[in-house]
Amino acid sequence: MAELKTGVTTGAATPRPISPHLQIYRPMLTMVMSIVHRVTGAALYFGMLLLAWWLLAAASGPNAYANVEWFMGSLIGQLVLFGYTWALLHHMLGGIRHLIWDTIHGFEPAERELLTLATLIGSITLTLILWVVGYLVMGGPR
Amino acid sequence: MSEAQPMRTSMRRVRGLGSARSGTGQFWYQRVTSVAGIPLTIGLLLIITALLGRTHAAVVQILGSPIVAIIMLLFIINTAYHMWIGMQEIILDYVHEDKWKLLSLMANTFFVFAVSLASVYAILKLSFGV
Repeated sequence: MAELKTGVTTGAATPRPISPHLQIYRPMLTMVMSIVHRVTGAALYFGMLLLAWWLLAAASGPNAYANVEWFMGSLIGQLVLFGYTWALLHHMLGGIRHLIWDTIHGFEPAERELLTLATLIGSITLTLILWVVGYLVMGGPR
Repeated sequence: MSEAQPMRTSMRRVRGLGSARSGTGQFWYQRVTSVAGIPLTIGLLLIITALLGRTHAAVVQILGSPIVAIIMLLFIINTAYHMWIGMQEIILDYVHEDKWKLLSLMANTFFVFAVSLASVYAILKLSFGV
């Protein structure tokens, strides 16, 4: 940690103090969930391709739509959609948590742990509920 | 630290609104699009759930109906702005070399425009039936 010392300026090679980064800290729930928020955001970014594909296929005709339906109904498609559903709900709930924090509320240790845990449990629960409803709407697995 | 001056942001820098010249504009619009995104996401999920397992003809009819199409358009446009700001923030955090930074910022803009415009086009085509 010698590089953290702020010595007198002896020349251009003097190492400047740097702020501690991720690897310094023990992983905590709030920190991990902050990372997960960004990761789900990035995943949803590319997931918009799926939405565009689905909409364009619907606009193109029955054959194109059948291709999308085939992919979405396949095992890989279902896994992607399940992950997409969770990422979307998790990012949404995480966003609500951040909006609450933006109002300078919920920063006490117990409060922020509760909010963070609620985000995780909420996103998993809502995803499962939505998929059960989805399968009921579909009349069971295809 | 005898003077308080170094702790303050000078008025000139405040008026200049930082190096981006737009101050907290994108921070604010990320919040605006987050708030708008909550009901729109719920709307999207309800619409998709309602469309599960339906025939192509039924899907076309429902997606092209005014209320559904408007919710979809709002979701796509709102999300486009939100994801553009978000990815820009990620790029600025991790990509430091000028060449790659500028290229990835451009790629972000191109991707967002292409994906969202394609989605908007599809909704409009379904709505107007042309």
